[in-house]
Amino acid sequence: MARIGVYVCHCGGNISEVIDVKEVAAFAGEKSDVVIAKDETHMCSDVGQQLILNDIKEHKLDKVVIAACSPQFQGATFMRTVESAGLSPYVMEMANIREQCSWPHFDFPKDATEKAKDLTDMAIAKARLDESLKKKMMPIGKRVLIVGGGIAGIQAALDLGDAGFKVYLVEKDPSIGGHMTQLSRTFPTEDCAACILSPKMADVPVNPNIELLTYSEVKNIEGFLGNYEVRIEKKPTYVDPAKCTCCDDCVDVCPAKVPNEYEEGLTTRKAIYLPNPIAVPHSYVIDVESCLGQVPLACTKCFDVCEPGAINYDQYAEEINITVDTIIMATGFEIFDATQKAVYGFGKYENVITAMDMERLIVHGAEGSPLRATGNRIAFIQCVGSRDEQVGNENCSRICCMYATKLSQLLKRSDPKRDIYVFYTDLRAYGKGFEEYYKRAQGDGVKFIRGRVAEVIENSKTKKLTLKVEDTLTRNIIESEFDLVVLSVGLRPNGGTDKVANMLRISKSPDGFLQEAHPKFKPVDTLTDGVFLAGTVQGPKDIPDTVAQASAASSRAIRLMNQGEFALDPIMAFVHEDLCDGCKLCVEHCPTDAITVSSGIASVNEALCKGCGSCLAACPKDALDLHVYTNDQVLAEIKSVLKSKKKEQSRFLVFADDMTAYRLSDNVGIAKMSYSIDSRIIRIPSCSRITPKLMLEALKAGADGILLGESEEKSSPFPDAISTINSNISKVKQILRKNEIEEERIRFVQFVTVMLGGFVNNMNGLGDYLKKVRPISDKKRKKLGIRN
Amino acid sequence: MANKITITSENVEFLRKVEELSGEIITLCDQCGTCSAGCPMVGEMDITPSQMVRNVQLGITDVLDTKAMWLCASCFTCTVRCPRGLDLSKIAEALRQIKLRKAVDYIDINKLPEEDLKELPQIALISGFRKFTG
Amino acid sequence: MSRKKFPFYPGCTLKTKAENFERSGLAVTRALNLELIEPERWNCCGTVFSLTDDDLIHHVAPIRDLIRIEEMNKNGIVDESRVVVFCSMCYNTLKRANLRVKENDEDLEKINNLMYREDDYKKSIEVIHLMQLLQEIGFDKIKEKVKKPLTNLNVAPYYGCMLLRPKEVGIDDPEDPVIQDELIMAMGANPIDYPYKKVCCGSYQTVHEKEAVAGLTYDILTNAQNEGADVVITSCPLCAFNLDNRQKEVKKTHPEFREMPILYFTQLMAIAFDLDEKTYGFDLNYIDPKPILKSKNLL
Repeated sequence: MARIGVYVCHCGGNISEVIDVKEVAAFAGEKSDVVIAKDETHMCSDVGQQLILNDIKEHKLDKVVIAACSPQFQGATFMRTVESAGLSPYVMEMANIREQCSWPHFDFPKDATEKAKDLTDMAIAKARLDESLKKKMMPIGKRVLIVGGGIAGIQAALDLGDAGFKVYLVEKDPSIGGHMTQLSRTFPTEDCAACILSPKMADVPVNPNIELLTYSEVKNIEGFLGNYEVRIEKKPTYVDPAKCTCCDDCVDVCPAKVPNEYEEGLTTRKAIYLPNPIAVPHSYVIDVESCLGQVPLACTKCFDVCEPGAINYDQYAEEINITVDTIIMATGFEIFDATQKAVYGFGKYENVITAMDMERLIVHGAEGSPLRATGNRIAFIQCVGSRDEQVGNENCSRICCMYATKLSQLLKRSDPKRDIYVFYTDLRAYGKGFEEYYKRAQGDGVKFIRGRVAEVIENSKTKKLTLKVEDTLTRNIIESEFDLVVLSVGLRPNGGTDKVANMLRISKSPDGFLQEAHPKFKPVDTLTDGVFLAGTVQGPKDIPDTVAQASAASSRAIRLMNQGEFALDPIMAFVHEDLCDGCKLCVEHCPTDAITVSSGIASVNEALCKGCGSCLAACPKDALDLHVYTNDQVLAEIKSVLKSKKKEQSRFLVFADDMTAYRLSDNVGIAKMSYSIDSRIIRIPSCSRITPKLMLEALKAGADGILLGESEEKSSPFPDAISTINSNISKVKQILRKNEIEEERIRFVQFVTVMLGGFVNNMNGLGDYLKKVRPISDKKRKKLGIRN
Repeated sequence: MANKITITSENVEFLRKVEELSGEIITLCDQCGTCSAGCPMVGEMDITPSQMVRNVQLGITDVLDTKAMWLCASCFTCTVRCPRGLDLSKIAEALRQIKLRKAVDYIDINKLPEEDLKELPQIALISGFRKFTG
Repeated sequence: MSRKKFPFYPGCTLKTKAENFERSGLAVTRALNLELIEPERWNCCGTVFSLTDDDLIHHVAPIRDLIRIEEMNKNGIVDESRVVVFCSMCYNTLKRANLRVKENDEDLEKINNLMYREDDYKKSIEVIHLMQLLQEIGFDKIKEKVKKPLTNLNVAPYYGCMLLRPKEVGIDDPEDPVIQDELIMAMGANPIDYPYKKVCCGSYQTVHEKEAVAGLTYDILTNAQNEGADVVITSCPLCAFNLDNRQKEVKKTHPEFREMPILYFTQLMAIAFDLDEKTYGFDLNYIDPKPILKSKNLL
């Protein structure tokens, strides 16, 4: 026998102005197992919480039900309250009579009061069966994998290494440093990029806590927070860095020339080369794709000339396996491929270059060895590959306005005779010192013209370029000739990101960059526990923002790892061992590979289980169940909200997933939008937990319709939930068909949390439909088979 | 002298009308000018295509008396270039239709010179009449 | 081997001022072992696709033509449900109308209701341009049919608008098309790459804005000439008219302008395939192409 205390909150009128809270409290007091039932102005206040604490002590309560706001709102508060009284935080249940009752049904106070009773009864029914669960504590160590060795990865590695954490920094290129190594100067301060970057790069290999793995790629990641198993492949460089003295003799004799990627293909390099002048590790590498000396061994010129004997053709790729506790994704960006924008002629016209090309030209120009002539009339075209639906990229790349401002004034100042134009749509100078920097360029005589260039036409004889553009401020059409056109290319997600993101189940935002856990409050977290984002992998940003985010990601990782253990919500599958026959059907249905079968009995790895409940429907023996939302509990909830249904009345159940549909229903309530009062919303972690058997039980118990509300596939934390739900529904519909019950009584909707109107339409749609087709006859209900 | 205009809810009516006829969300235009600079007929126009759209955004009905919309050749160059994915040819057609549906033809077939009528292929005449007459 | 039978929609202008396009095109396709069959009845497609959302009446004409093609299929007159169109404007109009009703059942229902005396359109027809069919056959196969390679002839492909835009009906990259260039190479000629190959000729503005169109003709042709073009080819009777006949107006404002012949691509193919001269139909070209072709020993 449980001893339950029930508290009905007025919420300062938010509830009590619509719902008769005294009536609800009186109703609750009549229920079995309820020891006391009270109403109070503000349950969440100190007074309200003290009331609960006193009652727990005085009346020896072992379960608490609070009829108030949404559990999304104050659930954590009340969990702490009961926990502080020495009870499990999981013996507290809330009845959502504000967001789901007094707010959406404010026009119908009488019916709302009845619904509030149902919801309170539902919470009592669930509380009766609440288990005294504990938060699951799991150990966590101090090892971090950082994927990507650009400025984000370097900053994160140094922060974590300095803080005493073991860092594995994996970089696919032979040197760390990333795109920043290519830049001339940085905006708006005009620091020499290489000069400020190279000391940071040099700090990495000397940090005793950092293991640097360059020329390496992450091949596989399995596991979970505190136990990620990572397989890395390190490619051979064929040069022993310990012996190499960087004398350059090998480069002189190497016969294989290929475009130099560090110089954006503006120069060539040899097959054996130093990746860049500030490369770390500072060692040569043989690019096996272009080397003539590899199989068959046709050329050994570098080997022959190398005095210290650093060259070794017999190196092979190395597989490195590590285990880490957390992961930071810092795979960065690549620049937009300007050939996609054929109208600007990049790749076709020799005098159309990218801004990254211009960075290299400026660096070499400043060193007194220009790579090519620039001419005097130079035009920058902004937003190439950004803010352009024609190439499928709607987003602003954030840095192009400022790098063009930088490049244009560097060019102008190095030769004031130059005539420099920047053609832009909107000039975005949002950062610290940016507006002042833009003003300086204007003062230097760089001409900013507001208009997006429509096309570039080359004079095939002179190779000069004509730009067609509207000056949208005077509405004149400009057709002018330039010597050089610089495309301010935008940032795109690095092509290599997808592979690793898929291994970690991190989703992408619509712009193609990785999605953070919350845009405001968890900007460097992901929805995968223990995986963080640093730098442009999350979206275009400049160097200071990248560095700040890298430090933020490090600190978020440290916050987890420093605790030595972490808490898991006990919403996890468990096995009724007496019922399990080891058939393994559940193993196939688990999207996170959390279930294994040994000695004929299934068991659930609690660290891997996400609590989606997909396995429940798969089990033919009902051996699988879900803590916090057990089969018995959900069934008790279903029955309790159908009890009050009168003859000829229609009623439908809404199973709302915690992540989206439940939050959405709250948002609709907050917006005071009304919907069918015939609905009763039941919160579950995912609709994949609602087995065909539960649906049929619901119809048998008096429900006339069921709406399953789930997160859209792309934002769902549960990878295969949608297909599980669809398959569960089709099983139920099959049975309905057999029994001549309308299939449309069962509906499945994928929601996003901003779809308020969509939620209301779906609720009313089903409500109206059920009124039309009338309740299911008792005769038909009885016949519903409930086999799984 | 600069024009003084007022912006009232009536202006919104005109915008809505053009949006309804064209099926385009005209408020999405961010006035970058790509359409204007690539337009083959812009040299003949009194206002540029982007200016035409701006006028519609502001609900300025005077745009119906400009020549620009009649000079649109429906070549769809702007359509394939608009960074906001707007189809300007539909907007121009909507403006023409507002005029044509009031039985105001842009050209008078009877006034076309005999020799032109003889020389022009059907394809030119039919498409011309489709665009310029109601 | 029996010829594969395709339905063929000619369109109005191919029966009159662009009769040379039809004649040469049918000769060329016959040489490629295809039989193009014209429906017994058809009507003007309307030449332009109506662009206002509420206007369905103007889509009746093109859809009625597609119903005719469906009838041909039903009666076993043709082997293909893809209708081949030569004229770029007809192609564009038919294809867009087809797309609109395929994507919008409500519109189709209304259009079907407007034509209560016809069978309903069943959406079974695809609209393709002859150029697409040639691409499908393969330019290497076309090269095999060439008996008189057009060596030393510099041909500027003019794409115009209706083959390229909007994207949902375009047959190639709207900013950098190459399909005609490939055809030119298959015929043994030199394709001329020039930026104006995709710039609009002014289209129907030629009815009312003769001088503006002549200005565009001047820009397009001089741009092609600067890159060394001897002739320009096209697939649109309206482009052909504007580029060809409007040279008369160009001459008035630019006396120094050097006139150049405008050909349908099928006319050049007929020469390259060494077909009967009667199929060339040069009598309908405004600027006579014979002198330049003779100078290259192609006639």
